[in-house]
Amino acid sequence: MSIAITTQIICFTILSLVTLIGALGVVLLESIVYSAFLLGGVFMSVAGLYLLLNASFVAAAQVLVYVGAVNVLIIFAIMLVNKKEDLKPINDIKSRRIISTSICLTLLSLLIRVDLTNVWSLSSPQNSIGEESTIRIGEHLFSDYLLPFEVASVLLLMAMIGAIVLARRDVMSKDISTGLPVDQELIEKSSEPLLTNKN
Amino acid sequence: MMSLESIPIQAFLIVSSALFCIGIWGLLNSRNAVRVLMSIELMLNAVNINLMAFSSYVDNNLIQGQVFTIFVITVAAAEAAVGLAILLSLYRNRVTVDMESFNLLKW
Repeated sequence: MSIAITTQIICFTILSLVTLIGALGVVLLESIVYSAFLLGGVFMSVAGLYLLLNASFVAAAQVLVYVGAVNVLIIFAIMLVNKKEDLKPINDIKSRRIISTSICLTLLSLLIRVDLTNVWSLSSPQNSIGEESTIRIGEHLFSDYLLPFEVASVLLLMAMIGAIVLARRDVMSKDISTGLPVDQELIEKSSEPLLTNKN
Repeated sequence: MMSLESIPIQAFLIVSSALFCIGIWGLLNSRNAVRVLMSIELMLNAVNINLMAFSSYVDNNLIQGQVFTIFVITVAAAEAAVGLAILLSLYRNRVTVDMESFNLLKW
């Protein structure tokens, strides 16, 4: 990479701090809407980390798919289900918190220990491929990763149809195999529709 | 201070480890189902940072890690769509997004 090493270190520090503090905000903040917007910030700074690793294509894909699609989808879901509700208190919440936090800290220390003590066999001039990487990704996708590429397209189609079927409101009125009318109460409790105006 | 030629790979690995652990903490501790999905996205991003770092530092001419990252992004998009659809239909049945009240598979 042609950027000076000091600039790289400054950029890396800022991006990783934004990533980690944003991620902490995502899991710790009370308001779910703030969490969703912070998640967008985390995705953007992860894209910046990819740029530091000389991967412009993946950074662009990250911004397009995560910020442009996944985050917008999450915000839409929050708008659909954002009802103020006072959660039932759990009696042993404190011990749960303690156990889960200690598990996470143990895992973190284990991972950091592996990161620092293992001797990585790094190839010497790193990042030599540079802007060729987009071409190389295309070659990979259409030669040795052709089958996963096609399977991914089928997976996306399945996810699309599955999401439509799951989120659709009315299910079939007749059972396909028996022809009898389906008891809608089994599938869906008779509640007020989601998008009506409740003044 | 010793002079570096580039950012050490350990820095990227530590950032991704921390991000992964934050994701696990959020997955275990949040009551809101949307926040659980967000934590899963955080964990997937941590995995992606790991793959990209190894792709750049270890395997820099055959960038297979970047191809894997593209696939992970694809699967994550599909997962988010299906997960939020499941969440919407759960919300229609239970009129809540509290993780503690989702006990349909218990008996």
